[in-house]
Amino acid sequence: MSEVITTENLTKHYKNVCAVEDLNLHVNSGEIFGFLGPNGAGKTTTIRVLTTLAKPSSGSVYVAGFDVAKEPEKVKKVIGVVQQHLTLDLDLNVRENLELHGRLHHIPSGDRSGRIRELLEYVGLTDQSKRMVEELSGGMKNAAMIARSLMHKPRLLFLDEPTVGLDVQMRRRMWDLIRRLNRDGTTIFLTTHYIEEAEALCSRVGIVHQGHLIALGTPAELRQKVGLVTVETLVDGKFTQYEHFPDRSSATNYAESLPPDVKTILIRESNLEDVFVELTGKTVGDEER
Amino acid sequence: MLWVDLRFLSRNWAKTLATTLIAPVLYLLAFGYGLGRGVTIEGYSYLNFVIPGIVALTAMTTSFNAAGMKLHVDRLFYRCFDETLMSPVSLFSITIGKTLIGVLRGLISTAALLVACFAFSPLPTVNVLFWLTLVVTCFVFSFLGVLIALLAKSHQDMSVFMSLVILPMSFLSGTFFSLSQMPEALQVVLYISPLTHTSQCLRAAALGQPFPWGSLLILVGFGFAFLLGSYVVLRRLSL
Repeated sequence: MSEVITTENLTKHYKNVCAVEDLNLHVNSGEIFGFLGPNGAGKTTTIRVLTTLAKPSSGSVYVAGFDVAKEPEKVKKVIGVVQQHLTLDLDLNVRENLELHGRLHHIPSGDRSGRIRELLEYVGLTDQSKRMVEELSGGMKNAAMIARSLMHKPRLLFLDEPTVGLDVQMRRRMWDLIRRLNRDGTTIFLTTHYIEEAEALCSRVGIVHQGHLIALGTPAELRQKVGLVTVETLVDGKFTQYEHFPDRSSATNYAESLPPDVKTILIRESNLEDVFVELTGKTVGDEER
Repeated sequence: MLWVDLRFLSRNWAKTLATTLIAPVLYLLAFGYGLGRGVTIEGYSYLNFVIPGIVALTAMTTSFNAAGMKLHVDRLFYRCFDETLMSPVSLFSITIGKTLIGVLRGLISTAALLVACFAFSPLPTVNVLFWLTLVVTCFVFSFLGVLIALLAKSHQDMSVFMSLVILPMSFLSGTFFSLSQMPEALQVVLYISPLTHTSQCLRAAALGQPFPWGSLLILVGFGFAFLLGSYVVLRRLSL
């Protein structure tokens, strides 16, 4: 397996704030890599560096074998990017947004319209091709951005929070799309706030906290680190306490040893969210920055 | 690069043309007919004197706005300019591409304005030198528009620049009256404004006076300075 993303001691600071520090990341070709972390942990900064929008302060970054700082143009040709906010041109309709992207990427005009038709069908937007961006629903806008990012057949696709604000049905369709893309040979680098999303999609996950990579592995490996079984207890009727155990019997032993006044007890399999909270110490999204 | 802006223009051409023409036509009516009736400046009727000035003014504001505003909106509001930056297009092409729409719109508006002017009073001459000056002017202010749009951190920045630089320039740079009527100290300051040179070139060409080549050269100099500035800022911005 070859590596598509390699960072060595990547550090990025803005003025006095250090957004990312000594990040060492390796993403293999063909995987769906989940990049998780609380707000302000450095996810978006890392993506900006990887996608040539920001220059690393120090350390080296290779994407598809090219140095991001030295050969940004070569990197730009092989990556597709879907940013977390809407970046479609609102003065254009869906088709024209794709067309613009195709032109910017020097796709010959003969191939362009065929490719646009194919992609709009792929993401299910064929009927929307002539509509202006603002008339689309949130999910359609995301789908349009994905379609656009695929115009130049990137080997590596960055998805920054692709399912934020979508309803459950739309999110599942998005997941299917992401899986299908991956099956068709695209490596995917995904950030998300929804831990279950990473668990559902990703072959490997990296957790970043305060600019450092604090965990890396498959979801199962990470769960093993913390414990495969979780016991939830309600303390004083106010907040829930989580304890993690390597197996079910030790979890049961613990539950039985609890004083009788602890009433609400739940024994369940641990999940990636437990790992995340255990490692970052806070609930997702609560960190102030 | 230009294609996207052309799409926008073709969708909104009527609105665009109308809004860019309203102001100069109002100036023409207010100053040319209202105030200036019977006045002569440097031996010419005021109307003939003021038309080149208004053309210069239109070229400036239209080019600046067309190049600057869309880029500014793309960058700060739609945030789709990142997409352009992430495409394998050289920064130089981006700068030029974003400029060309300003030039094009500037030329369209001034041409339309000239047609309107002919209805009022035929200008003595609209010759090659006149057009040459116009093209150079449109480039100068489109580059300036791109430069400012790249530098602006907010919508406020844009409007501050408009009212502190563009607006005073449009009134004082020899557009509505001859610079020789101003106090000498102010004249010196006004010669720094590129628009002063535009209106002098245009007026000389239109009224058949000897053409001030020096002024045209200075305009070209401004153009290159703004181009270089935009390119440097874009470089710093993108990596």
